[in-house]
Formats: sequence, structure tokens, C-alpha cells
Amino acid sequence: MFTATTLNRRSQRAQGVARAVFFLMTVTLVIPVLIIAGTLVVKGGPAISWEFLFSAPRDGMTAGGIFPALVGTVWLVAVALLASVPVGVAAALYLSEYAPDNLLTRTINLAIINLAGVPSIVHALFGVGAFVLFFNIGASILAASLTLAVMTLPVVIVATRESLQAVPQAFREACWNMGATRWQTIRKVVLPNSISGILTGVILEVSRTAGETAPIMFTGAAAFVAFLPNSVLDQTMAMSYHLYYIATQQTGVPEEIPFGVALVLISIVLLMNAISIGFRVYLRGLKKW
Amino acid sequence: MDRRDLAWYVDRVAQALVFVGGISAIIFILGIFVFVTKEGLDFVLGALDPGEFFTSIAWRPTSNNPTYGALALMVGTASVTGFAMLFSVPLSLGAALYIGEFATGKTREALKILVEMLAAIPSVVWGFVGMSIMNPLIIETFDVPVGLGVLNAGLILGLMAAPIMTTIAEDALKAVPDTYREAAEALGATRWEVIRRVVIPASKNGLLAAVLLGVGRGFGETMAVLMASGHAINLPTSPFDSVRALTATIAAELGDTVYGSNHYGALFTLGIFLFLVTFIINLTADVVVRGIRKK
Repeated sequence: MFTATTLNRRSQRAQGVARAVFFLMTVTLVIPVLIIAGTLVVKGGPAISWEFLFSAPRDGMTAGGIFPALVGTVWLVAVALLASVPVGVAAALYLSEYAPDNLLTRTINLAIINLAGVPSIVHALFGVGAFVLFFNIGASILAASLTLAVMTLPVVIVATRESLQAVPQAFREACWNMGATRWQTIRKVVLPNSISGILTGVILEVSRTAGETAPIMFTGAAAFVAFLPNSVLDQTMAMSYHLYYIATQQTGVPEEIPFGVALVLISIVLLMNAISIGFRVYLRGLKKW
Repeated sequence: MDRRDLAWYVDRVAQALVFVGGISAIIFILGIFVFVTKEGLDFVLGALDPGEFFTSIAWRPTSNNPTYGALALMVGTASVTGFAMLFSVPLSLGAALYIGEFATGKTREALKILVEMLAAIPSVVWGFVGMSIMNPLIIETFDVPVGLGVLNAGLILGLMAAPIMTTIAEDALKAVPDTYREAAEALGATRWEVIRRVVIPASKNGLLAAVLLGVGRGFGETMAVLMASGHAINLPTSPFDSVRALTATIAAELGDTVYGSNHYGALFTLGIFLFLVTFIINLTADVVVRGIRKK
């Protein structure tokens, strides 16, 4: 019969140690999320009220609420999504359904990695040079949103491509065998089977877009705008820039206000993420293959 | 025209549109290079002194006799990113190994979600955390006058870069076929032996890519570094020294420049430099990973 040798015992012990060490490493990484969230709730919680959420800042931002910034963030995210989702989905469709394995495809993939890797402040410079100045849109929601759209494009492309590739090849082949064109196959078979994954990616993009600061600083976000935006050509306040501004540029702001802003911002972002995650888990349960 | 014809035309049009979408990433990356270069070109060809730019620490764009030495900014970026990677790389790879190879069921799901949450925290919130939570904590713990510096920004940056490294590394581990693991286990290896002798060697290209992407993330981070580093032009000699990063300099100063001025051009020149460095990092990663894969 089997008896444990010294060697067995030693490998077992090594395994136990490795497991414990890696577990501690993981915990070290995730504990700060809980600490940060906890601190923001404790320090920012008292600032949150209906008045805080639904009124404008007053007295040089030392009092009042965040309503214009909230509305501005919604505008920025909505316009950015309108611009980036169609392009991103098209790019993913090309890569997943059409692209041959050639130099062009490799270049596209490299471009996507680079687009995701370019520093956010360089995206901001691009936004200034291209949208604000060259296309003469001026500092506005449109220019800021387009900058955000370019920056978050890889998020949509990668998520969409992944969910497209999760559709089994046999589904496509079955459809082609019925005489369908490539596009008919995509529209009737591939997209319906991957739409949920695409949506998950889009929600993730919302979360990412809502939190970005650097790309909008010089392209359309303003420290204080007395009115709510009427069109995409207005400048706007935004949650992320508002937090930066009152935390660093404005003096005499009571401590709970920036904590409150940070709490609301992080709640929006984490809520979006939670929806995206929940959606993904739910869909995994529905999967038929 | 019968129905089949219509479907054929629709197919062609769809293919053309999808192709345009496909090459959009290339168009945008070229666009970024062209437009950032366009705004910085006058300065690069005119007032820029490359010797000064790369070797002087005197970044005084607003003085009467302006100088544009970016060395301190480069050192600032490098020190913060380096400090961040020092603890973030081992922790992230360890976390990837635990989540990918050891954890099961609910624990695994919970940890993955927490890592995703870590990734979701916006950089401006990280910066605010650096200023308002870490800063007093560092002052108190180490009895130093200012808590904004390499240590603060490095810790923040490390935590920010960790989720990307963890996720990509875990993907790389997942990409190792289960048959490899089963073969090793059938020979009597413990799970740790399987990981050490089979999984890690088989996934090392992916792990390397993960680390490179983490470095790129740290290098390009703007708001958190701006808010947590102290933003003082300085060659750091201790982790508590304030530094200023390349990215943060652009973010802090662009709003105050006059369009077309030398200062404006100098900030776009920093942008060109940042773009080129990240481009080279990504290109290298791609080439290295491809090379390893071939072997």
C-alpha cells in the first residue's frame, strides 16, 4: 500500500507554504479596496444627501452639491458611447469574423494594444490637437467625449472580440451551409449569441469613461459652469474633474465635500462594474454550449 | 433583382463598413502621433535644445529665461514606476497564481471580483486617496514632514497596475492546456510542483507580457501621480522625497499655457516623448512575446 515518504511529505509541505504565500499576496492586493471603500463611506457618507446630489455648488464650491457635475458626466459618457460602440463592435467583427492572419491584422492588433497603452494625458493632447483645434469643435462635451471614445475604444474591441470568439465555429458553419452570406451569419447567428458579452463590455466601458479625468481636462471639462449643458457644444462640469479641482485647486473646501464627491464617483463606477459582473455571471448560467 | 442578389450586396457593404471599423485603431494611433507631433513640432525644430532636454533638471518654462530640462521629470516617472513595480509585480503574479491555480469555487469568484473592483477605481480617486488617506498615514508612520512623494505615489501606482498584471497573468496561466497539468499530476507531482515545473515555464511569455503592460500602465498614469507625488522638481534620494512625473507636468501646466507658445510646444514635446516610449514598450513586448512563442 501507499505510504508517505520523506520526499512526499516535503513536497506536500512546499505546496502548503506556496499556497499560503500566494493567498497572502492576493489578500494584500485586495484589502486596500475594502479599506478605501470603507474610508470613503465613513468620511464621505455624512456629506451625501438629496440636496448634495441635486443642487449646484455654492460659495466658491465650499458648499452645495454636485448636480451639474453628475449631469455632465452622464452627457460625456453617453456621447462617448455613441461614438465608440459602433466603431469598436465593427473593429471586433472584422478581427473575429473577417481578418485573415496577415500583416494588416497584426498591425491592427498592435494598434489596439498601443491605443490602450498610450498615457491618458497623451490622449488629452490628441484631443486638444485634433478635436478642439484642428476640427475646430472647441472645448466642449463633443470634443471631450470623442477623446474619451478613442481612449476607451480598446475596451469595447477586446470585450466584443472575446464574446464573438466564444461563439462556436460550428454555429457559423451550420449557417453557411444553409447558403447564408457572411453578414447574414453574423447578424442572425454570431451577434445574437454574443450580444450579452458585448453588453458586458459596454457597461465596463461606461465605468471606465465615467472615471477618466486627464482626457477631459483640456477638451471640455470646466471647473464651474453655472448652467446645465444644453448641447454637445457646451462645456460641462464632470464628477472626476470636479473631484480633482476641489481636492487640489480650491482652498477652504470642508473635508467631507471631496470625500462625498469621491464616494459618489466610486459608487457610480463600482455599481456599473457590479452590474457588468452580475450580468456576466447570470449569462454564464444561461449558456447552452 | 432577386433576394439573393440583395443579400450579396448587403454582405459587400457590411464587409466594407466592418473593414473601416477594423482599421480604425490604426487610424487613431496614427492620428494621435500626427496631431501631438503637429502641435509640438515648432518647438522641437525651434527652441528645443536636445542636450538640455535630456540632461538638465531645470524645468523652468515660465521664467524670464525659460529652460526646458526634462531629466528630473523622467527620473520622477522612473522612480515612481520602479518603486511601484518592486512590490506590485511579485504580488500580482502571486495573486494570479493563487486565483488561477489554487483557489476554487466561491473564493476564486470573490477574489476575481475584488481584483476587478481594484481595477475599476478611477485614477482621480486614487490620487485623492493618496492625498487624503495615505499622506497623513505616511507622515504619522515614518515621522516625516510630507507624505506626498515616491513612496505614496509608488504604492498607489502599484495597486493601480496590479489588476492588469493579475488579469493578464491569470489569462496566461489559463492558456496552458489542462493536459499538461494532468500529465504532470499523473506522474505524482503536487499542485505546486505542477505550477513551478510545468505551468510557469509554459506561460512565461504571457507573464512577461503582463509585467510589461503593468510597467506601461505605471509609466502613463497621470492623475494619481500628479496628486500623490508632491509634484516637486527633484532628483529623489529617499522614498519620501517629492518628485514630478512627465505625465503630471503636462496635466498641471497645459491649462496655463498660451496656444503656440514655447511652453505649449514643450508640453506637447513631452507628449511626443511619452507616446514614443509607450509605443516602444508595446512594440518590444509584442516582438518578445512573438519570439518566445516561435521557439
